[in-house]
Amino acid sequence: MNRSGEAYPDSWRPPPFIKNPVRRWLLVLGIIVYLMLAIGSLEVNWMRVYEGLDRGAKFVLAFTDPNFSKRWTDISEGLLESLMMTVTSTVIGIGISIPIGLGASKNLAPLPVYLFCRGIIALSRSFQEIIIAILFVAIFGFGPLAGILTLSFATIGFLSKLLAEDIEDIDPSQAEAVKATGARWWQWLNYSIQPQVMPRLIGLSLYRLDINFRESAVVGLVGAGGIGATLNTAFDRYEFDTAAAILITIIAIVMLMEYLSGHIRAWIQ
Amino acid sequence: MLELQDLSKKYNTGDEALKGVSLSIPKGQVLALIGPSGAGKSTLIRCINRLIEPTSGKVLHNGEDVTLMNSRRLRRTRRKMGMIFQEYALVERLTVMENVLSGRLGYVGFWRSYFRKFPQADFKEAFRLLARVGLEEMADKRADELSGGQRQRVGIARALIQNPEILLVDEPTASLDPKTSRQIMRLITELCEERQLAAIINIHDVGLAEMFAQRIVGLQKGATVYDGPNNGLNPEVLTKIYGEEDWTKKKKGTQNEDSEASSGSEKEVMEGIV
Repeated sequence: MNRSGEAYPDSWRPPPFIKNPVRRWLLVLGIIVYLMLAIGSLEVNWMRVYEGLDRGAKFVLAFTDPNFSKRWTDISEGLLESLMMTVTSTVIGIGISIPIGLGASKNLAPLPVYLFCRGIIALSRSFQEIIIAILFVAIFGFGPLAGILTLSFATIGFLSKLLAEDIEDIDPSQAEAVKATGARWWQWLNYSIQPQVMPRLIGLSLYRLDINFRESAVVGLVGAGGIGATLNTAFDRYEFDTAAAILITIIAIVMLMEYLSGHIRAWIQ
Repeated sequence: MLELQDLSKKYNTGDEALKGVSLSIPKGQVLALIGPSGAGKSTLIRCINRLIEPTSGKVLHNGEDVTLMNSRRLRRTRRKMGMIFQEYALVERLTVMENVLSGRLGYVGFWRSYFRKFPQADFKEAFRLLARVGLEEMADKRADELSGGQRQRVGIARALIQNPEILLVDEPTASLDPKTSRQIMRLITELCEERQLAAIINIHDVGLAEMFAQRIVGLQKGATVYDGPNNGLNPEVLTKIYGEEDWTKKKKGTQNEDSEASSGSEKEVMEGIV
């Protein structure tokens, strides 16, 4: 064990993530070359941008003079419809997400149930809201029903996946201890799993509530009802002052929800 | 009361955690199970109430083979086996009272337990047990507000409210300081005596095992290598149980130290307590 002082190396570097230096530098070089080619392939028509600046400025200026009163009945109806869509779709989504989340947890469900529930989650997550909204508008026609179904469907993918992940992350010893008392399966769920995941479930639900509100404005643009439909109409009529009023209202509501959900989440921990 | 016959457990990974362990525990006997980490102590007590399914062998509880029971009868048998855990395993976000009452889950229906409407006798017993373990003021506290020693007392109350015949205790003192460890061990053994409970206590601390258990079983790589009274742990026996662990090899340099080393760990603990 006795080596003289000089025999020990006097420098050290952390081992590289990719061991082979040739491969490592080729990778870096490849990324740089691709980025240069990719940026080079963009054609920017600077004249068009220059002309567009005017329109952009008009749009931005409208925000300094939003007009809430001209279309106030339309705005308030759209808002109420959006809120209705948000709340119902979130509640429906949560109701469906909980059983799917339980089924998608490896530590609770048998393999076939697990795969089935993971399949539903994958399906829900692989389609963007807009695509689903277009499909549902085609099936159910224009209006909030298509919007509610779209948002519920999107909520399922989001909430059940994150709920299942949280269930898989629980402290197994607490679950083991309750099982050892001779509890039934449902009692075991209620006494050992639920207390561990409840704060996260509430937090995620609130988070989803404000995502759904924002998305309700977006799906409205393709005809699925809500404030998005009102916004779309305002744009179609080039009423930027009304559009600005709508956007400002949406931003204010989202910020308010963000603030409230932050408080509630801190309180339930 | 409880008899293990040729109990074996082989994990899917190929590890043989238990290799044909046979044990018989009469009513009221406190047995300490010692052995190096990975000897199969935790597996052994979890095979008794089938938190882990044994691969072969029998677990006879009052003559009935637990390994053959359907889930309904298994739950009824689990009620009679109180379990106490290493890191307490309390449900941290529930109150102390709910944790204690969870020991009654095997006796009440789902909706009663869901609305926390347990029978009056259960509440009374829960308060009585909390007083017995010195926590009568803590019923409404959340479990994660308590100190380690207090949590383990709640764990003990949860096991006792099951009205068990046997306690399965997994490293009850592993995360406690020496003084609290002794208090917890004393409490467990006192309660066993009061209620004539048998107990299997997994424990790393040889000193505590000798102090509180009447009988000691040494487990080595899934097999029993010692089964005898608490005063029979001489250096040879300890070498047999722990021998192949590194800590003895390290001390091999001086022969004298080797025999002292086996009792060294307990000595330290004793000094820590005094």
